[in-house]
Amino acid sequence: MLNIKNLHASIGGKEILKGIDLEIKAGEVHAVMGPNGSGKSTLSAVLAGREEYEVTEGEVIFNGKNLLEMSPEDRAREGVFLAFQYPVEIPGVSNVNFLKTAINEIRAYKGLTPMEAKDFLARLKEKQKLVELDGKLANRSVNEGFSGGEKKRNEIFQMAMLEPKLAILDETDSGLDIDALRIVANGVNKLKSKENATIVITHYQRLLDYIIPDVVHILYDGRIVKSGPKELALELEEKGYDFIKEEVNA
Amino acid sequence: METAVKSNTIKDKLLLEFESSKPDLFGDLKLREEAMESFLKKGIPNRKSEEYKYVNIDLLLKGDFSFSSDKKISSEQIEHTKFLKDSITVVIVNGNFVDSLSKLKSIPKGLQILNIANAFTHKNFQKHYSNYANIHSDSFIALNTALANGGVFIHIEKGTVIETPIQIINISSSKENTLINSRNLIVVEENAQVKIIESFEIIDSSAKAFNNSLTEMVIEESAIMDYIKIQNENESGYLINTTQVCQKQKSVFTTNTITLSGSFVRNNLNIVLDGEYIETHLNGLYLTNGNQVVDNHTLVDHRKPNCNSNELYKGIIEDKSSATFNGKIYVRKDAQKTNAFQSNKNILLSDDGTINTKPQLEIYADDVKCSHGTSTGKLDADKIFYLRARGLSETTAKKLLMHAFASEVVDTIKIEALREYVEVKISKRFE
Repeated sequence: MLNIKNLHASIGGKEILKGIDLEIKAGEVHAVMGPNGSGKSTLSAVLAGREEYEVTEGEVIFNGKNLLEMSPEDRAREGVFLAFQYPVEIPGVSNVNFLKTAINEIRAYKGLTPMEAKDFLARLKEKQKLVELDGKLANRSVNEGFSGGEKKRNEIFQMAMLEPKLAILDETDSGLDIDALRIVANGVNKLKSKENATIVITHYQRLLDYIIPDVVHILYDGRIVKSGPKELALELEEKGYDFIKEEVNA
Repeated sequence: METAVKSNTIKDKLLLEFESSKPDLFGDLKLREEAMESFLKKGIPNRKSEEYKYVNIDLLLKGDFSFSSDKKISSEQIEHTKFLKDSITVVIVNGNFVDSLSKLKSIPKGLQILNIANAFTHKNFQKHYSNYANIHSDSFIALNTALANGGVFIHIEKGTVIETPIQIINISSSKENTLINSRNLIVVEENAQVKIIESFEIIDSSAKAFNNSLTEMVIEESAIMDYIKIQNENESGYLINTTQVCQKQKSVFTTNTITLSGSFVRNNLNIVLDGEYIETHLNGLYLTNGNQVVDNHTLVDHRKPNCNSNELYKGIIEDKSSATFNGKIYVRKDAQKTNAFQSNKNILLSDDGTINTKPQLEIYADDVKCSHGTSTGKLDADKIFYLRARGLSETTAKKLLMHAFASEVVDTIKIEALREYVEVKISKRFE
């Protein structure tokens, strides 16, 4: 589904990603772990199409198409979803109106007619339940006045509504208490299928107790320095990131 | 020196017009002469006058102007300007009240609507006319008071609730440059309620249509008034729109000034809170583009204790257009326990656009809550990216954000059909 080859990216002339290789197949969950400043968020930003980052080398092929040549909206329309680490508040734009617009622009891209109002409402209700999101929140402005946990839940709610092929969760666990973490993880697990894939970006192992990864990658200084089964995350938690640093620098 | 000569020219022409039209003018000739004298003394303001420093009005009035027009407009031509299906409608063409275009049948009891030129024998006209707009305070008030010969007088009797909104449609239409003075007086008596919408349109014009429009309003004790202005002129339109409001105790006044288009718009909104327990809401929205110039000057004058005023003006500035917000709040010595809030927010969409924003608080009482704030920025790139990352095109994302920005003002319009009209206008604007 996703094939990243030798990806280099920089911001303001500073190279952050220094040659990432990653292959993800449909149905898989990949965890990307790493210390602060290792390039985790840059990787998600580059995949989602943030224009501040310059890709200097390498390629990203998503379902046979060159992802890096697409606008952010076309990536979303092709099925890439980024759950933001810091979702922005958009006063004056209601969640419902926003989602309806998003779904219909995605449908238009695929040559489909706008979704029927009753189908939209049915999907809205079903997915709200999935992430235990209060109906009132859905009617409010996007993220406005939401708590940290509500914002993260709203990200997963949007993901549920848009039904992406590839979801990238950028530190979705940061700032979440254990109850909120369970709700979010439960939402992600219920949305998992053989057709879609998930990249879980995290600093800590805890989220991986709830979203079980098929592969764990360790990102350090802009490169994936180690990949392994889910047990790698536990080892990392136990030994800390220093052991990776030592291994790499040795 | 050249400017001085030019402004003398327009002054001379206006004096000539005044002398020749004198026999036909309604009302108190002495007042008019005094007003003309004040105007001649002040002249047309230029950039040296503090209150008009961002616009060179004397330049706008260069060339030949006529001061009246008898151009006819058909009812088909104005159909599109009636955005409320169910309303009492007053149509004013080039400053003249036009009975045949207005819809004044089945006017409810307790409401009088008259051509202002025929109203001067009315008790309330005599009591209030020119009592609030001070001819010595501003050139355009003076000029209007000297020359205005048409407009509407609206009177709502004590205790009367007018449920159907009243729409005043001002139309400028001319093939040659015109400078028109139109004048309204609205008297809302004790405990009465009314909603008035005033719109400004241009129909079939190829030259400068300059309108110096002045409305005086008095809102008596416990009366409630909503007043919404829609300024919708095209590039022929040059508008100076003064609204002088006097509120008495326990009255509630909510006003929206929505400026959608027009080459030049200058709004002077002056509200005197002359009583206790008054509530005042002033909201404004201006969407400027091209070479448009929009200038909002507001004055909220707290004279008595225990009153609340709340002001919110927002603007979106595009292309080479320029907008000014100058909001003054006076809290006089007696006006203890005043709550007065003011906010002005702007989005600049281009590098060539200009916004001048000048909040002014003058507080002479010591037990008050007052605040003002202003911000100007671009559309937030993080918000645009967030929306695009969900599949919205860049254009849709921007449009949505602009709607969201404007909604804080638009949502305060209580008449649903009007709110929808404004929303459609905003959508079309950013397509």
